[in-house]
Amino acid sequence: MRESDNVPLLEVRGLVKHFPVKRNLLGRATSVVSAVDGVDFDLRQGETLGVVGESGCGKSTTARLLMHLIEPSAGTIRFGGKTVGSAALPLKEFRRQVQLVFQDSYASLNPRLTVEESIAFGPMVHGTARTQAQARTHALLERVGLDPRRFAGRFTHELSGGQRQRVNIARALALQPRILVLDEAVSALDKSVEAQVLNLLLDLKQEFGLSYVFISHDLEVVRFMAARVLVMYLGRVAELAPTEALYTDSRHPYTTALVGSLLSMNPDRRTEAAPISGDPPNPIDPPPGCRFHTRCPHAEPVCAAGVPGLGMRAQEHWVACHMGDPMSGHSKAPARAA
Amino acid sequence: MADTVLDIRNLRVTFTGGAKHVRAVDGVDLAVAPGEVVALLGESGSGKSVTLRSVLRLHPEAKTRIAGSIVAAGVDVMALTGAALADFRGKTVSMIFQEPMLALDPVYSLGQQITESIRKHEPAVSAEAARRRAFELFEQVRIPSPERRLDAYPHEMSGGMRQRAMIALALACNPKVLLADEPTTALDATVQVQILLLLRELQRNLNLSMIFVTHDIGVGVEVADRIAVMYAGRIVEIGAVRDVIRTPRHPYTIGLLSTRAQGGRLSGNRLTTISGSPPDLANLPPGCAFAPRCASASAACREAAPAPVDLGAGHVVRCIHTAITA
Amino acid sequence: MPERVNEIIRSPGFWVTVWRRFLRDPVALAAALVVLGLILMAVFAPWIAPQDPFQGMSLRRLKPPGTEGYPLGTDELGRDMLSRLIHGARISLFMGIVPVLCALFIGAAIGIVAGYSGGWTNTLLMRTVDVFFAFPSVLLAVALAGALGPGMTNGLIALTLVFIPPIARVAESVTTGVRSRDFVEAAKASGAGALLIIRKHVLGNVLGPIFVYAMSLVAVSMILAAGLSFLGLGVKPPQPDWGLMLNTLRTAMYTQPLLCALPGVMIFITSISFNLMTDGLRSAMDIKA
Repeated sequence: MRESDNVPLLEVRGLVKHFPVKRNLLGRATSVVSAVDGVDFDLRQGETLGVVGESGCGKSTTARLLMHLIEPSAGTIRFGGKTVGSAALPLKEFRRQVQLVFQDSYASLNPRLTVEESIAFGPMVHGTARTQAQARTHALLERVGLDPRRFAGRFTHELSGGQRQRVNIARALALQPRILVLDEAVSALDKSVEAQVLNLLLDLKQEFGLSYVFISHDLEVVRFMAARVLVMYLGRVAELAPTEALYTDSRHPYTTALVGSLLSMNPDRRTEAAPISGDPPNPIDPPPGCRFHTRCPHAEPVCAAGVPGLGMRAQEHWVACHMGDPMSGHSKAPARAA
Repeated sequence: MADTVLDIRNLRVTFTGGAKHVRAVDGVDLAVAPGEVVALLGESGSGKSVTLRSVLRLHPEAKTRIAGSIVAAGVDVMALTGAALADFRGKTVSMIFQEPMLALDPVYSLGQQITESIRKHEPAVSAEAARRRAFELFEQVRIPSPERRLDAYPHEMSGGMRQRAMIALALACNPKVLLADEPTTALDATVQVQILLLLRELQRNLNLSMIFVTHDIGVGVEVADRIAVMYAGRIVEIGAVRDVIRTPRHPYTIGLLSTRAQGGRLSGNRLTTISGSPPDLANLPPGCAFAPRCASASAACREAAPAPVDLGAGHVVRCIHTAITA
Repeated sequence: MPERVNEIIRSPGFWVTVWRRFLRDPVALAAALVVLGLILMAVFAPWIAPQDPFQGMSLRRLKPPGTEGYPLGTDELGRDMLSRLIHGARISLFMGIVPVLCALFIGAAIGIVAGYSGGWTNTLLMRTVDVFFAFPSVLLAVALAGALGPGMTNGLIALTLVFIPPIARVAESVTTGVRSRDFVEAAKASGAGALLIIRKHVLGNVLGPIFVYAMSLVAVSMILAAGLSFLGLGVKPPQPDWGLMLNTLRTAMYTQPLLCALPGVMIFITSISFNLMTDGLRSAMDIKA
């Protein structure tokens, strides 16, 4: 590794993305959705960071912001200590280090290209000769479990969902990136195929020394894959903690509700009450203060008044909740240290 | 079973529209007792949704060949035509879908859709009475401020509320059987639990019979009395929830249960998987459809489709190797 | 392991598959054969036509079809109808196909650029196109041809201008659809520039639908060209053109109705064949998993 161990591979600070939803006649935005509103996190070399949250929480937007596929409204991303987009690290150079695997395996492959052409495209963009790119393509296909002789010359519509997702993974790896952003990459697959692809991802991570940002709505899969988990709610970070701490000792009421919504898998101990009621609010008009206070069982006036900061409440355990902050004035907050 | 409200026998559905004929359902037998919930579990292409839709005869007639018998609440569904079929749908048997946005009509308010459905099936009911019943239904499915929401249009509501509204619509004419096609799959986790609990409560209070199609074993465990596992158009294992979950006997069910990354119990280790890909329905092998992916498959498996083996207490498995899998 | 390359099983390419599917569609195939026949007829007109299409004789004017030596009769100047119809295919098909091809080239370029860039470029290009779109196509063609003056070249220019807006519109909407697909995002993520993405990922996915749409305009173009000739704005007499023939034979409408209808029948056969062929092509291109 070129970087010393204490510099995170990826540092994300104050990431914000506003989308205009209504424009006036002059094309100026009159109303915006703050899809991502001040997200901070680090990704360490070799780790898998899980990102969970419900629809509209901004996890897919975060993925696209990481890749600079959409321009952030504010915030910085540093890769190996260098700011992305600066002279030290131009965008094109950064992009070969970070690759994305999408949820929809069909839409993410060009239907007019063969599997081989799709995978070899990236290396050829970066100046690899055709024969060399093809050789790498065949090696990668072999590695993701697809016989190059049978699959290199095929088109997307001739493959099954699982095979297509393997092609997408091979395509992402073709540039020899350091980071893979997996945006619901296994969500559309059948369970039996999902397990195969998860295993493949584990193996590839070892073999190529990859780091993963694993975005999913499925808490069980994230628990299996990730070392640390980031919980998002309406564009903000609710909690960030090592996986087991998050699942067994969640500090944010939203995380507690998410974990409590996991199905029991036990016919004798079925879920008897829903942890929280209602739907996530519309991100166009998010509640003031803590965005979760409208559904939170512990909400107090202070929650609507002020935005809770992300504070470290235990070892490596970051929470954005007034209940954990002695200064917040929430009745359930711990007493101030003398 | 002597007491059945829905009896499907030897159902076969073949789609003839494409270049190759697709045998989507290949001999399904399923009997549902009054007040019973059966989860039909399977992956894409297993024929679970096709089976469900056959009960309402929703497949385009010109491109579908359907055989076997379906009797629902004493009505021979296969013999229904025209007006009788329209009356049967929604009144005797009704259905809720995965995507309420597609199933609800965007240009009518939810109240209008429910009252229209009530008055279509029961012409004697006055507009006022129908509206009152719609209001009660909205209360029953726990839609907050129901009076106001009755005048709302589908796009004005959140996903969870729309799903509740669709359940209200499905229950409008007091059906005996409710068919649910992945009704919680598109929902967020915290909302999914709410809808599952609501469905379970309504089913209990109204003594509904239900077939609940899902790809998620967890959902099946939450709602069902019995689970039927489908693979390549056949029910390969059926039994009480406890039996199927705790002592699965078909290699496919065993595989499915072990592939779940549940509880992080295997965190960091490799998952046990079912190898290979799901079957091509236009090109099924002659014997057991699961044989190409099965670790215990023998030559006999590839020759003929296995007959059902009754393990007692209604636990039936279509596998010739139940001795190995026990 | 580059030596493996030779052993790869290659699926037939997209157009090969489309072609195979097209061959399986009897209606489209029949229509395509008719179109092919018409084109061959146009190309080899001088060798096929039994008589000189310009040579008239006042003694045998307006003979009905079936007259000896003139299987389809003669026109108002005593010229052989069959020969004129055969020769007429040359100009009529030319006026049907060439303006559409020119418009396809320009319109697709405008639409693809507008669709892929989005934002201000899109607004500017598409609003300009919309101004032309606001006029009914017949009116626009007549006005343009009128302003440019009669003659085949001017008619051709007028028709090209008429077809640019609809083709650009279709190209823009197809491109916008493709641009937002994940595979374009993936190409961007691999560091490819806009031109490369358009060439490798956009063109292949949009040209098919745009081409199919343009083909459906060939019939319209033929009819419009016939209309221009009819109004005296396109091809000038004595050139044999179906539209023009329809015009000049108009006077014999009551005496020889069958004769009058013949050029119309040719226009009808051509346009319906093009339309059926296009429909077949469209469904052949709709390849799904």
